[in-house]
Amino acid sequence: MEFDFAEEQPKFLMLMYGLIAFVAVVGGLLLLLDVVPAWFARRREAQLVAASASGAPLPRRPKQREGLFALFFMLPTVLLLTIGLVVPAIRTTLLSLMDRDSNEWVGLANYSWMFSESSIIRVLTNSLIWVILVPLVATGFGLIYAVLVDKARFEAVAKSLIFLPMAISFVGASIIWKFVYAYRGDGDQIGLLNHIVVSLGGEPKQWLLESPLNTLLLIVIMIWIQAGFAMVVLSAAIKAIPGDIVEAARLDGVSPWQMFWQITMPTIRPALIVVVVTLSIATLKVFDIVRTATNGNYDTSVIANEMYNQAFRYGENGQGSALAVFLFILVIPIVIYQIRNLRQQREG
Amino acid sequence: MTTTTPTVAVGTQQTDGPKTTAGRVRKRLNSRTATLVSIVIAVVWTIPTFGLFISSLRPEDEIKTTGWWTAFTKPQFTLENYQQVLFGRSSSSGQLASYFINSLAITIPSVLFPLAFASLAAYALAWINFRGRDWAYIAIFALQIVPLQMALVPLLKFFSTGVTVAGVTLMPAWDLVDEQKFAQVWFAHTCFALPFAVYLLHNFISQLPGDLMEAARVDGAGHPKIFRTIVLPLITPALAAIGIFQFLWVWNDLLVALIFAGGGDETAPLTVRLAEMAGTRGNEWQRLTAGAFVSIVVPLIVFLSLQRYFVRGLLAGSVKG
Repeated sequence: MEFDFAEEQPKFLMLMYGLIAFVAVVGGLLLLLDVVPAWFARRREAQLVAASASGAPLPRRPKQREGLFALFFMLPTVLLLTIGLVVPAIRTTLLSLMDRDSNEWVGLANYSWMFSESSIIRVLTNSLIWVILVPLVATGFGLIYAVLVDKARFEAVAKSLIFLPMAISFVGASIIWKFVYAYRGDGDQIGLLNHIVVSLGGEPKQWLLESPLNTLLLIVIMIWIQAGFAMVVLSAAIKAIPGDIVEAARLDGVSPWQMFWQITMPTIRPALIVVVVTLSIATLKVFDIVRTATNGNYDTSVIANEMYNQAFRYGENGQGSALAVFLFILVIPIVIYQIRNLRQQREG
Repeated sequence: MTTTTPTVAVGTQQTDGPKTTAGRVRKRLNSRTATLVSIVIAVVWTIPTFGLFISSLRPEDEIKTTGWWTAFTKPQFTLENYQQVLFGRSSSSGQLASYFINSLAITIPSVLFPLAFASLAAYALAWINFRGRDWAYIAIFALQIVPLQMALVPLLKFFSTGVTVAGVTLMPAWDLVDEQKFAQVWFAHTCFALPFAVYLLHNFISQLPGDLMEAARVDGAGHPKIFRTIVLPLITPALAAIGIFQFLWVWNDLLVALIFAGGGDETAPLTVRLAEMAGTRGNEWQRLTAGAFVSIVVPLIVFLSLQRYFVRGLLAGSVKG
């Protein structure tokens, strides 16, 4: 089948419809907000003129229309969030208490399934490993690199290179790393990792098939992507440390080591917490990497991947929903922790 | 933002540091070691991507039998892989040109809609006095933490069967086919992006000087006019930052597309196709490497040319809180 540009035309047409809809909705809303109040104002003016001409009592001042404006400004957002997020989230919670076809109530059966089925326990353990290792290593690396690069030349270039993977999709990153981990039964190794192993005198391995090592190798991909995020945020925080504090410490003869632990660390603590929290939440929801690299096989699956499999491949709506709810429950304490921290920060 | 003035001060500290010669030498060594180590790490960080790029330019036989590093000793390059993976005839070749267009068609409206809706809502939350404003803000803020996994199953059902409450059809099924499914993906992406976008834009808009609004109001401007003529021009940098964010997110997304766009070449974006190829043709490296690079190149260009906005948005979103 030759690539034929004509066949692609319906897509551009659809895209154009989308753009027309955008202009119509947003422009229409703004126009409505402009024209209608102006019309009311004119009518009121006419009433006033008529009233003063005939000597009748002046009509009452209209009520504040602020609320009406707010309603229209908020309308698209509120509507979309209700249809697209709030109602579905409530329904998912209900579905998690029902059977696979959502016909009968089964109580907490889906949740007890989650904690008794050995394959799912494996999934939960994997997710735990992910959520411990990724934030810890990525933040640690980001912090060290931010401190290191602060004194280095070519700072901007070095930072850009570390930051670059942030722009690459998880799917693209997984393919990049699958290529690093590639294995060939005979002849030269084409994967960088096996090449290094062989040239050091080791035996080449099918890395992604070896549990539990494969989970760690997938975690490397996530760290590779996210370390740049940690580095950029922490680097900005380090640069924001007031110069006179650093100077005062230096005059007191503080060693670089002490400087790091007693000046840098306490000052950037809020940024550090934000990074860890953001990474933890992102890691809990990780899906693309596992799906692209191993499809969750060989004991590498995680919650989000299992949720997709249950709900959309096996048609197990109840069990899939239970996993989604569990994911939500895991996120809550992290967020509460962050909110509490923010509040302390504002008060202190 | 927390990163403002003191940036310069830290840099100048180092010049008037240690007084002794030994101290100065150590200082310089330190900074030189730091430069060296940080550059080495940056290079190591880039090697996997670089290897993929080199491989994508090598002939099929070469990729499959020798490592990409051998390309430096006996260089042999071709664009055949890209030709194959983008426009190839057979169904196994990728046909990524089609999927590339899908990615574009999905991404553009999915960026525009949330930006427009979120800035309207953020303006109302910041500058219009209405009852329940604080509650509305808190509710939208809180929705940020709901993982999109919580919405997937019911939202898909909503598209396929519509909404019926007690026998009354409030909303018929969308019944979309082929490229019409783009609309589902736009809808889903817009919904999922709104809480974060509203929150970020509210941060920006609420910090605009109130005198400006007051002056405009005295001149007889209503909310729509203030929004269009005063607020919108002032928040352009914030809109750019969030726009880039959302662009990268949508272009790189796999999960939402997988569920709402389906897997066919009429609607599925690059990520879906690539993930599928990685699964079923895991050893066809000549296609995977070129394909991966095709999907990477657009966000890379956007990212490199607009990095400043992106970093600014990132810091505003995460450090500010």
